[in-house]
Amino acid sequence: MPIKIDVANLRKSFSTDKGTLTVVDDVSLQVGDGEFIAIVGPSGCGKSTLMRMMAGFIPPDSGRVLIDGAVRTQPGPQGILISQHGSVFPWLTVQENLMFGLNAVESTAEKIAIADHYANIVGLKGFEGAYPHELSGGMLKRVEIARALAVKPAILYMDEPFSALDALMSLRMRNELLKILGQERHTVLLITHDVEEAIHLADRIMVLSPRPTRIQATFDVKMPHPRKLTSPEVQQLRQAILKELGVEAED
Amino acid sequence: MSRLRQFLPGIAIIVLLIAAWWLIVVTTRSVIFPTPWQVVTGTVELIRDGTLWMHIGASLGRVGAGFFLALAVALPLGLWMGWQRGAYDTLNPLFQILRPISPIAWIPIAILWFGVGNASPIYLIFISSVFPMVVQTVAGVHTIEKRYLRAAENFGVSRYKLFTQVVIPAVLPQIIVGMRIGLGVAWLVVVAAEMIALRSGLGYLIIDSRNAGNRYDLVIAGMIIIGLIGLMLDGLMRLLEGLKMVRWRYAH
Repeated sequence: MPIKIDVANLRKSFSTDKGTLTVVDDVSLQVGDGEFIAIVGPSGCGKSTLMRMMAGFIPPDSGRVLIDGAVRTQPGPQGILISQHGSVFPWLTVQENLMFGLNAVESTAEKIAIADHYANIVGLKGFEGAYPHELSGGMLKRVEIARALAVKPAILYMDEPFSALDALMSLRMRNELLKILGQERHTVLLITHDVEEAIHLADRIMVLSPRPTRIQATFDVKMPHPRKLTSPEVQQLRQAILKELGVEAED
Repeated sequence: MSRLRQFLPGIAIIVLLIAAWWLIVVTTRSVIFPTPWQVVTGTVELIRDGTLWMHIGASLGRVGAGFFLALAVALPLGLWMGWQRGAYDTLNPLFQILRPISPIAWIPIAILWFGVGNASPIYLIFISSVFPMVVQTVAGVHTIEKRYLRAAENFGVSRYKLFTQVVIPAVLPQIIVGMRIGLGVAWLVVVAAEMIALRSGLGYLIIDSRNAGNRYDLVIAGMIIIGLIGLMLDGLMRLLEGLKMVRWRYAH
């Protein structure tokens, strides 16, 4: 498997009123092409900062991010970031949102065809003309994912994408994401505080330490999909990860 | 039925006020203050000889010209000031000083610069409505949520597309609020401006009716018509708030 993302010695600190605050402290990791990596860590540990540096939104103080061997300095359509609160444009219809990123496509007819195709994939057929405020939280998430997929990004950066949804909808979205990734392979970097979500989705799970964050442990998840979340293997892995996070699971 | 119940108290208070007005005029045997009925007959008189439409048309024409001129200036200026920090820092102090000056205070200068024709009231309307629209547009740009700008950056769109599909639509609800305020002020100012030296318009009608034989029935008729047209103009602006592409902002 060729290396897609190669991160070496990433560091970032912010200056605050109380002095310098080191948020990310020497993180190195490699992600293979088509691999699904989940990064879990305690809240406020610098997960989002790490993700934004990898996606090119903020520059690191030191270290480097290589994508396909080239240094990443700014965001671009080859790596789309999906965040917790979403960024579906409320003033555009579902179809217009899905067409938004299609800059390379010349003809409008072709753009509409692509938008409709991805609306269909995420189960939004019939809602192309709807405005976001007419949709539920789960449907908005689908628009967000479809808009990202439509530009065929090599990498999906997902920063707590489902944490604003209720538990049932979150579970359903995970299953749909797996289904979509079964059809179109993407390299995915998922940040989450939900250990079960990480085990459900990822090929590899990295546990981050509290701030200043670094990679504390890595777990390979070898179970084939679809994964049964109640299986003893999953429970064992969950306990091991929780222990790394400093939470002793009961029972 | 529930709509009727909602409007009933509002209508009732107006009816009550008219009844009280009528009663007071009759009991005090006022010779100069008209009864509501005299206002009605006065209005009919104005409609019959066609002068009412002429005055309304003149006032609306001036408001339209001044307001759209102000909109044409305020939109690009507001977007520019909102987007470019330097433009904001340069122009905002000046605007903050000019803004609290009542448009009425500009009347002498307007007459000096533009004479007593149509240009003076149009200039006053321009001055009165341009500032609220600039201020609202700037505030709109400043409050665009960063996540939308970040998404636009992520998809790598051109500057043109960034403005037409993200910045302008994001600010549009605020622009509409500015337009409502601007048009409201414009309507207030046109009446005041027409009281100066013109020969048409609802402001002129009011002053002229008083000067030419104390026709207070026409003065009050003019006032009521001004109120009703103002209500209609605001209603038109509120229709804009119903557009689907701005409803997201007003929904909550």
